Amino acid sequence: MQRIGVFVCHCGSNIAATVDVKKVVEMAAKEPGVVHAEDYQYMCSEAGQSKVINAIREKNLTGVVICSCSPRMHEATFRKAAEKAGLNPYMVEIANIREHCSWIHKDIQEATEKAVILARTAIAKVNLDTPLYPGESRVTKRALVIGGGIAGIQSALDIADAGYEVDIVEKLPSIGGRMSQLDKTFPTLDCSACILTPKMVEASAHEKITIYTYSEVEKVSGFVGDFTVDIRKKARSVDMDKCTGCGVCSSKCPSKKNPNEFNRGLDNRSAIYIPFAQAIPNVPVIDRENCIKFKTGKCGVCSKVCQAGAIDYEQKDEIVTKKYGAIVVATGFDVIKLDNYDEYAYSQSRDVITSLELERIMNAAGPTKGHLERLSDGKAPENIVFVQCVGSRCADSRGKSYCSKICCMYTAKHAMLIRDKYPDTKVTVFYIDVRTPGKNFDEFYRRAVEDYGVNYIKGQVGKVLPQPDGTLLVQASDLLDNRQIRMEADMVVLAAAIEPNPDVRRIATMLTASIDTNNFLTEAHAKLRPVESPTAGIFLSGVCQGPKDIPETVAQAGAAAVKAIGLLAKDKLTTNPCTAHSDELLCNGCSQCANVCPYGAISYEDHLVNDHGVRETRRVAVVNNALCQGCGACTVTCPSGAMDLQGFSNRQIIAEVDAICR
Amino acid sequence: MSITDQTFKPKIVAFCCNWCSYAGADLAGSSRLTYPADVKIIRVPCSCRVNPMFVLRAFEKGADGVILCGCHPGDCHYTTGNYYARRRMTLLFSMLDFIGVENGRTRVEWVSAAEGTKFSQTMNEFVEKIYSLGKNVRLEDLRCQSQ
Amino acid sequence: MSDAIKDRTPAASCDTGYSERKSMPVRFSNANAAEQIREISGVNPLKCMKCGKCSATCPAFDEMDIKPHQFVSYVLNEDIEALVQSKSLWKCLSCFACVERCPRDVQPGRLIDAARQIVVRQRGQNYLIADEIPELLDEDTPQQLLVSALRRYRR
Repeated sequence: MQRIGVFVCHCGSNIAATVDVKKVVEMAAKEPGVVHAEDYQYMCSEAGQSKVINAIREKNLTGVVICSCSPRMHEATFRKAAEKAGLNPYMVEIANIREHCSWIHKDIQEATEKAVILARTAIAKVNLDTPLYPGESRVTKRALVIGGGIAGIQSALDIADAGYEVDIVEKLPSIGGRMSQLDKTFPTLDCSACILTPKMVEASAHEKITIYTYSEVEKVSGFVGDFTVDIRKKARSVDMDKCTGCGVCSSKCPSKKNPNEFNRGLDNRSAIYIPFAQAIPNVPVIDRENCIKFKTGKCGVCSKVCQAGAIDYEQKDEIVTKKYGAIVVATGFDVIKLDNYDEYAYSQSRDVITSLELERIMNAAGPTKGHLERLSDGKAPENIVFVQCVGSRCADSRGKSYCSKICCMYTAKHAMLIRDKYPDTKVTVFYIDVRTPGKNFDEFYRRAVEDYGVNYIKGQVGKVLPQPDGTLLVQASDLLDNRQIRMEADMVVLAAAIEPNPDVRRIATMLTASIDTNNFLTEAHAKLRPVESPTAGIFLSGVCQGPKDIPETVAQAGAAAVKAIGLLAKDKLTTNPCTAHSDELLCNGCSQCANVCPYGAISYEDHLVNDHGVRETRRVAVVNNALCQGCGACTVTCPSGAMDLQGFSNRQIIAEVDAICR
Repeated sequence: MSITDQTFKPKIVAFCCNWCSYAGADLAGSSRLTYPADVKIIRVPCSCRVNPMFVLRAFEKGADGVILCGCHPGDCHYTTGNYYARRRMTLLFSMLDFIGVENGRTRVEWVSAAEGTKFSQTMNEFVEKIYSLGKNVRLEDLRCQSQ
Repeated sequence: MSDAIKDRTPAASCDTGYSERKSMPVRFSNANAAEQIREISGVNPLKCMKCGKCSATCPAFDEMDIKPHQFVSYVLNEDIEALVQSKSLWKCLSCFACVERCPRDVQPGRLIDAARQIVVRQRGQNYLIADEIPELLDEDTPQQLLVSALRRYRR
């Protein structure tokens, strides 16, 4: 039996004006388990708190009920006071007789009756309270960043600058990501490489940052503060330490007809290659699928020409296992495949390209050395048509339901750059809506129209027909003029929707981070916790969370880094003790609780249980207290009633219900 | 008991999510937005913590109405809890209706921490409905009656 | 035609020829007709984002007075009287290019098809009589219309 003390607060006249405090004390004293009841003017004051502390000490109280304002206000205060007196802080319950009673009722008798019921409800709960102890777990002071694009680089730099070690894992042979493929960036038109390369160099030179390129995350276990991650370093076939990056191997490589991924397959590269000039690390990699040595065993040219002797055909994949306290996901995006969009003739004509391909064509290091030309015949296009929303805002299965967010701005950028460099080229943009929220964004778009004479037409392109003479017939609607347009174009540029990197689903599964139907990682709260995953210790950086432009990506990368730093700065994590726990005698291992758990906190283990003398091994649910946030979804789902939530147990809530209905 | 019976004091249990509706009720309080004293609030960490058993228990013990308040869809503190609550309660309420506990006696409402007005309005409406339905006699365990 | 089949054809429509039926006036309560169109087509016109891809893709665009993208707003505004009086009602080829390409699954082709349906239903007999077909054909009849007519009945 508990020994409960009840303390009723007057809150000046806030409570006492409508609630007969003495009556509440008198009635509370009659409740089972109550050995002490008193009232005071201001319970939250120093004097009020010492009343609580003294009573706990003098009367050996095992539970405390404070009838006062909302627990959201002073629960923490009274829990601290109880702790001071040597009582477990979770043995304190608050009856909210101010916000939920005295402030909203005018009739004293009515309000007093309600206050008495609220008090006895809290007493009923305390009667079933058990001491709870927050767990502690240690924090490994190292962060993992998955993805080496601008988001990953920025997050890594910020975490490293705060003094913590960071590892970047990048799937491709170089860091840099999507941004390294861009030519210019809106709305200032500075060159992408010029602003990205210094960041890449900084990251590679930073003493706290380790970069694993050509590597993938293979396995993740553990939980917040204590993740164990296996990283697969794929065999590069080139010794990173010996290689000087001279590039002779690629120029001598006889296998040169391999599509160049960096240029979106618009030109070819050799089988041993450095993806782009500013690559970090500046070390080539052998694409084993296309390497003649690996295919036939006869070649070895690169090995012969390498002065440093860095080529190593025998190199094997290597698994590195490391511990991390926090993980930042920055897996980025790709543009969608346009195979299903026959109406735009993307697969029929080489002159129908995506915007990212145009980006490579405009780039001085691209397949055309920066000259705007048709890929089919190398001629300069006179008429260029841009098509917006290709695959974005689609209700059907061909596209994506969301707005890709960046297309309006990069199309304005492309149109402007083309008109600037080639003033004789006519540029027409077909748009549904022009969406330019952002600093200086709409001004940028207006400049494209007003200063550069880009022809914006409201309407969508219905079809693109390649003509025998090599031109493209574009049929579109002009909604404002209510007419159908048929025009000739030399080049059609499609603003294809962006989608999260396809690898993200595999990574999210490993991290037990939740993911939405579009494969974007879900944030812990759409408004208030936008850079955290609901899974503790996982942070979201960049487009993996939702479409973003570069400034937003960098901002979010910084925010994710700060959240990670906040975690790494702690030596120990105190866990919320109000977590679920499973009674292994009742659990039948059905997995339903694990299915509803938003945090992946429930796993199954084989336990040897002693069920009334019968000893057997059973598959039972085990809750990881470091991950459980205490929502209670599992407790209701559990068909056998094995799951319960500490601090809000089934018995406690039923006791509260009973006390109210008594 | 009839509707006009002045002595009828309904017992109403309100389960409120700690993160939104409970705070919404606090806001109703600090804004002095009145609602009948018949409503008693039980704080739960999330609307998905409310086991249908609790609702049944309340009716068994003589409650005349049970209302469950949670975060708006999409705003759940725990991401998806309120969706589970919504499904469970939809099922439970249709079953209760079937056995004679009218639909008006049970309700799920989304109230955010900023919606003090909505909270008091909801409670006023709900209590009024309970008054019009009168005392709940179904499900009540006769052995538990206090008289 | 066997007696059995004859019995199934509505008596009234047997007396009138296709051309006469086609020129019979039709009357609609607009709100009701709009609801009917939504029901027959199974299309929710509120899904439209007004991109105009239907009109961009329509091969009969120039023949139409009300353009494909406008079908949606006519149904939304419940202005069915104007829609069924329009030339477009019979100029749509039912080629379903707009249905295929609509990014929002609004499918204006189905809407206009449903509008035709309610007109035909009100006029009664909604089948061509085989003997009448040659006299109805003229140079202006697009072949695709015949193809799509067959497709309709196959469904």
